[in-house]
Amino acid sequence: MAPAISKDTALSMYRHMYLIRRFEERAAQAYTQGKINGFCHLYIGQEAVAVGVTEALRPNDYQISAYRDHGYPLTRGADPGMVMAELFGRSTGYCKGKGGSMHIFDVEHYILGGYGIVGGQIPLAAGTAFASRYRGEDRVTVCYFGEAAANQGSFHETLNMASKWALPVIFLCENNRYGMGTAFARVSPLPEVYKRASAYAMRGENVDGMDVIKVYEAVRDCAAHCRAGKGPVLLETNTYRYRGHSMSDPATYRTKGEVELKRKDDPIPKLRQWAVETLKIPEADFEAIDIEVKAAVDAAVKFADQSPEPSLDELHTDIFVEQGEEDVRPRERVHGIKVEWPSYPSGQTLKVTWDLEPREQAEEADQKAGLKQPAARA
Amino acid sequence: MAELTWRDALNHALSEEMERDANVFLMGEEVARYNGAYKVSQGLLDKFGSARVVDAPISELGFAGLGVGAAMVGLRPVIEMMTWNFAILAMDQIVNNAAKLRHMSGGQLRCPIVFRGPNGAGGRLSSQHSQSLEANYAHFPGLKILAPSTPADAKGLLKAAIRDDNPVIFLEAELLYGVKGEVPAGEHLLPIGKADLKRQGKDCTIVTWSRMYYFAEQAAQQLEQEGIHVDLLDLRTLKPLDEEAILTSVKKTHRLVVVEEGWSFCGLGAQIADLVQLKAFDDLDAPVERVTGLDVNRSYAANLEKATEVSTERIVAAVKQAMYREEGS
Repeated sequence: MAPAISKDTALSMYRHMYLIRRFEERAAQAYTQGKINGFCHLYIGQEAVAVGVTEALRPNDYQISAYRDHGYPLTRGADPGMVMAELFGRSTGYCKGKGGSMHIFDVEHYILGGYGIVGGQIPLAAGTAFASRYRGEDRVTVCYFGEAAANQGSFHETLNMASKWALPVIFLCENNRYGMGTAFARVSPLPEVYKRASAYAMRGENVDGMDVIKVYEAVRDCAAHCRAGKGPVLLETNTYRYRGHSMSDPATYRTKGEVELKRKDDPIPKLRQWAVETLKIPEADFEAIDIEVKAAVDAAVKFADQSPEPSLDELHTDIFVEQGEEDVRPRERVHGIKVEWPSYPSGQTLKVTWDLEPREQAEEADQKAGLKQPAARA
Repeated sequence: MAELTWRDALNHALSEEMERDANVFLMGEEVARYNGAYKVSQGLLDKFGSARVVDAPISELGFAGLGVGAAMVGLRPVIEMMTWNFAILAMDQIVNNAAKLRHMSGGQLRCPIVFRGPNGAGGRLSSQHSQSLEANYAHFPGLKILAPSTPADAKGLLKAAIRDDNPVIFLEAELLYGVKGEVPAGEHLLPIGKADLKRQGKDCTIVTWSRMYYFAEQAAQQLEQEGIHVDLLDLRTLKPLDEEAILTSVKKTHRLVVVEEGWSFCGLGAQIADLVQLKAFDDLDAPVERVTGLDVNRSYAANLEKATEVSTERIVAAVKQAMYREEGS
């Protein structure tokens, strides 16, 4: 590990990774108690990815993900109680209990949602990045997906467009090796996802997803590449989920030995040990974080458990936007906290200066093809 | 008022809205340098530049989803599908993302996007290229479905669709693009969800939309010569359905014929018949008649294709059936 991070960053990384771990452990417990139902996909083992990404980005860069999605908003300062309440199906959840575990949206923090159709979120990321280029912003979109989504058509269609139009997206593959119970190599002749970038003439690389600092450094570099207008990146993080695909999966398709080996590579104690030894952060600082996080997650579970179910009036809302209807700001709605909300220029003030396919370029191609002759000499 | 073709009416709507609002952009196959497969976007690339009129690769799922993503963060995309048959590839993005975004996010996000293109038969194109797919989209909560018939309605509703904050499915028809009609210049906006009573009569109601309006109008003219006067209700919007307009007319005429180009089974006509039996049962003097495309795949052969289609004669016969008049009496 390169020690190019501050003590504050190391502590923040630890805090957020441990927050996700603790949150997910308590979610699993609540699931077994019947308080959470439906599908529930835990992020345990993969924490270094989400945390490395958020630490490397600006707070207003977009993040969009698949359905293993409880962790991403927590890295950005989402209210853990409101995330837990969403899992509990309560009115105080981020999405009023309408989305549940697979659809956590925290738009205040530019977390644009978890999506339940494998690969379905990938084209959306090209759209948010298209909007950034369209407005001349230097904002980056990170699009998370599992390795199995790289076999969907949406992946290929999107990478093709994103590369051709130099859209600022980091396509961030979280390769945890299993699409539900199917090992990736069983269904893919080329098991390294990042190599597929070459088919779309874009940058592709992989990084150890069990090492938060390596993820952080890789994402910082990729984000700079995107912001410089050099196009998208396909970044594969090699990670591992310690639990099954979802709560109902006993994960019998992997050996105990494999899981035990991976547990020795747990990103959370690894960072802690490194920070104590290299950055000389006292153990006591980590112990204090542990206590704080445990208390915060206990409070989150209590908040969710004590929250009411949504009113039946909510059945018919949020299907269509009515004329003049404002967007719902969750922390304002639940806690009365005034929040900053993403805002964009109106169509009357926006000037679009992006030339997506410059005319000279098109005409040059025409000439090469013999379609148009250069102007005749006088 | 100028007389314009359907394609020019759409072109004016797009051009006016893009001029009014820089967040509006058009993306689809062949929309830019080729000026549109059906020339709807003629001249727009020159006028608005290559970021606002974008030639997409042949990736319907991909660019439909790109549009949804752009709409989530404040742009107002118009996504052209070369035909709705191809848009079946994009169904996941339209149905699972666009239609559900507001709901899944608990009201945090909106998706102001228009998906538009030709629906229905093009003539001698066999089964993959001739489908009327409105019932598929109308099934899902969260989508508005527009299917106007005249150039003026097309302009007024496309402008309204672009300004709407919800995903809108806008159905055109290949066989309508050359049809002409009077179109108001400039700011001509029509309300979404309002049907138009295009002809008034006391004897029977015909409910229809899109290209079938012209067949129904011909049938109405023919029936008039035989002393039968119909209410001809052009729905224009299929969802939200203008139930009030349908019920008002049926309560006046006591008879209903629904005409649609698509298949009968699970077609919108079945939905309308259900509405009427539920809310105007006592007003009906005859069973609801439906004139639809035949429930078979459409063939290339001219005679087979013709036998599949809705015709003026079949509409005339259905009205007479609803009025208990013998054909030819």
